[in-house]
Parts: sequence; C-alpha cells; structure tokens
Amino acid sequence: MSPTCRSLDARGLPCPQPVILARKALAEGGFDTLEITVDDAASRENLLKFGAYAKCQVEAVDEGGLTRIRLSPQGFTPASALTEACPLPEGSSGGGPVEVVLLSADGIGQGDPELARLLMRGFVYTLTEAERVPRRLLLMNSGVKLAVEGSESLANLQKLEARGVEVLACGTCLEFFGLTSRLAVGGSTNMYEIAGHLMEGPTLSLG
Amino acid sequence: MKLTAYTRFSGCGAKLGPGVLEQALCGLAQPAYPELLADFSGSEDAGLFRLGPHQALVQTVDFFPPIVDDPYLFGRIAAANALSDLYAMGARPITALALVCHPLKALGMEPLKAMLEGGLAALTEAGCALLGGHSIEDPEPKLGYAVTGLVDPDRAWRNNTLEPGGKLLLTKPIGTGLVNMALRAECASPAAQAAAETAMATLNKAAAQVLAGFRVQACTDVTGFGLAGHAAEMALGDRCGLSLCMAQVPLLPEVQDYAAMGLIPEGTYRNREGRLKFLRGDLSPANLDLLFDPQTSGGLLAALPAAEADAALAALHAAGVPAWIIGETGGAPGFVQVV
Repeated sequence: MSPTCRSLDARGLPCPQPVILARKALAEGGFDTLEITVDDAASRENLLKFGAYAKCQVEAVDEGGLTRIRLSPQGFTPASALTEACPLPEGSSGGGPVEVVLLSADGIGQGDPELARLLMRGFVYTLTEAERVPRRLLLMNSGVKLAVEGSESLANLQKLEARGVEVLACGTCLEFFGLTSRLAVGGSTNMYEIAGHLMEGPTLSLG
Repeated sequence: MKLTAYTRFSGCGAKLGPGVLEQALCGLAQPAYPELLADFSGSEDAGLFRLGPHQALVQTVDFFPPIVDDPYLFGRIAAANALSDLYAMGARPITALALVCHPLKALGMEPLKAMLEGGLAALTEAGCALLGGHSIEDPEPKLGYAVTGLVDPDRAWRNNTLEPGGKLLLTKPIGTGLVNMALRAECASPAAQAAAETAMATLNKAAAQVLAGFRVQACTDVTGFGLAGHAAEMALGDRCGLSLCMAQVPLLPEVQDYAAMGLIPEGTYRNREGRLKFLRGDLSPANLDLLFDPQTSGGLLAALPAAEADAALAALHAAGVPAWIIGETGGAPGFVQVV
C-alpha cells in the first residue's frame, strides 16, 4: 500500500489557526503524512514546534515564499500530545467516563523534568481523592518507575489499588530499567494484555 | 458573542514590531521646544512636557483589539494598560480620552456599553477623570485611552537610567500572549485564563505607589515588546546593562506547554526579529518564546539598589502586589544577559 497524504491550505490564516487545523487533522488520522501549506514565518515555526510536540516526523519545504510542512505521525502519537494540555473540542475522546488510565512516563509533559515529576505526583494523588476512579491504571515506559520501591507515588498507587483500581506495569519496561524485582504495587503485564485493555473503552493517556 | 472572533491580533500583540517602528520614526524630527523633556525620539513609556519648575505633563495613548471575550473585562484591561505607562513613569493619572472602533452592525450596542463601563471602572479606581473620546465604525473592534498624568520631572522614573549594583523587580507574571493564543485555540486551561485575566485587569497603581517609597533607578512597564524587548530598552542607558534570571521570571500557568505546542503569537516573532540583537546568554527557543511574548497590561519592571530590593519586595507583597526579583543591573550597556 502506498503512503497516503492529506493536504491542508493554511495560507493567509492568522496564528494559531494553522496549528488548530493541523491538530484536528492529526486527531482524525487516516493518513501517513499531513501536508500543510503556509505563507508566513510565524506559522511555519509554530507548525514545526507543534509537529515535534505531537511526536511526528517533521519536514519543511520552502519555495517561493510558501512553506509546505509535512507531519508524519510516528506509529503511536501519544494522545497526551494532542489532548492533554489542550482537550479536543468534540467527539474525539470516545465519550463516556474513563475506564483506563495509561501513564507512559514518570512525569507529565515535556520541558522541565522537575515540573513534570511534580505534576505526575500531583495527578496520582488527585486520583486517590477523586470521586470516580478508573478500572485500570497501566504503566508503560518510565511510568513503571512510579510503582517501584522508593517511588514518591507508591503509597498513592497502593491507595488506588485498595479502592479497586487494577495497577498493571509493563513487564518489558520493568526489565529494561532493571526494576522487575522492585515492583511494589499491582502486577506486571505484557503488550498483548495492555493493547487489549487500551481497546476496551475510553482511555486517558498521560506522560 | 466572542469579541476576539472579530480580530486578527489581540491586545498588545497587535502592535507594529519594534523594527518597523524604528524605521518609520527614523529621520522624523521636530523643533527643540524648551519644555519638551521626552518625546518619540527616545524610548520612554510616555512623553514628558514641562509645565513648571516641579511639574510636567505625562501623556501616552494605547489602544488595541479585544484580548478577551467579555466586553466589560476588555474595557478594564484597555484602561489598565493605558494607565500603566503613566505609573511606569511614577506619574499620577489625571485625565483620559477614549478611542473607540466598533462594528456596530455586527456587535450592536450592548458590548460597546459594557466595554466603556469596564474602562470607566478602571479609570475611576485610578482617580483619573474621563473627559471624552472619539469613536468610529470599524469592522474590527478596538478600544483604548489617551491618558494624561502629572509628575515632578526631576523625580520621574525613566527607563534607561540603570545603575550597576541594582536588582530588577517585576510585578506581574508573563505569558498573556500565549494564554490568548491558547484561548483562541479553545484550549487554555481555566486556571491559565483566570490568572491572565486577573493580571491584565489589575492596575499598576498599587505597585507604583509602593515603589515610590524607594529609590527607583529606572522603571518601565512590560507590554507589547515582551519582557526582553522592554528590558532591552532599559539596558540602553550609558551606565550598564542588565541580566534576567529565567528561573526567577514568574510565568502564568501552562504557558510553556502552549509555547511547545506552537501556540505562539506572531508578535513574539516580530519582537524577536527586532530585539534579539540586544540579548546574550541562554537564548534557547524555549526562553525566547517566553521573553518575547507580547504582554497586554503587563507589570512594572523596576530597578532598585540591591540594598533596598528585599524591603521593596516585602512592601509590595504587604500591599497585595505580587512581585518577584528577576535579575540585576550590570554588564555592558546595551545588552540583556539571559541566564
């Protein structure tokens, strides 16, 4: 199958319209590459930033005062890149209360790692206080570090478990960080199960 | 009704870039009036014209398209922003004239009335009499005020009179341009929106009153050119430059996320183009996106002797004014060092 491309013409649109259009298109998906044509330097730079933020492969082709920005989502564009700091307006989150929370890092968001760490600690704590908790909490990549001995979120994860939340850490990730023997809450799982849980129902992804 | 839907740029982000303005003003000269103390040839916050041995008129004008959707709040912000230039010179506001552009057919009378009410509320809080104004029909709404104040010219705070060994105080967090972009993208968090609105609608009156009790070396207000752009103007004196400590610069909530997502106002890029040459040090894109973010109704940026800075900070906090020490004076004149 040959790669598919979707084109958007964002010429003449003021900031942040080109970024809004790109974000909406990425969330809709259904293509390998999104090509957005812009005609001013600010939109060009903003789209390059947005592409990096949304974890896309980014390419810019400048010619004759126009720039074509090509954004290719790399397999799994983290939902957080599109929705966390900035929820999409309608219909893109599946609807219904969140069943599964996926934490794919030990911090929330990019930028300052200290802030990211504080935000994650705060999020896990806030979940313990929330009226409604998800059915499952999946930990992937550095997110597994939240569930090992010495983690500042360990006690809160244990509280969540006591409230009936199934805490599952990615086994491959634990092994990769050499933390398999230090998992202190919930159980370890594999990609087959993780993929299954993620497809079960409304999922919130943070990291 | 969304006021901001009628505008291409918002707030002080609609300002012409500093580079453009310099070119336009280049070669423009007027007679040397003996009473004229500061005009457009400098980079003062407002013009100064001597009335007597200890009194001068301070005049300035500022108007812009809506930066928020609530017309009353927009009115307040427009007035607070115009008055800010007077406070930045240590002046006492006395009179104001309104400048109004309004798409009457599209928006009707109600929002216009609410805008003017919001503006008048802020002027009243400043003790500044509204004398009149001028309005025109325009597809894009805009509001602002020409304001006049009084100051003892020998005691007026200039912006390029830095002395070495001082500390820099800022009285509002930065990031209003980024929050505005996020609002337009319908993704500003309620916390970010509320913090930005509160900051923009707050007069710099209390901040100026507290600072008047200290030996202010130099002062300006942070608006359309961004923190770095206005800091660069301060650094243009002949004694020394200044340095900004990024870790100390207060930010509105989530603005770094918005910048990373590419929700950066065009004004940021214009400011960067015009003023980047005055900056040295850690000029990472992340820093520049914040430092050149055009502010609407931003805080006062004041330089005080180091020995008085902590006391001034405490006095500001005691008066309910948020304030932070964000850098110090020193280094080569003409340059802003970013650390």
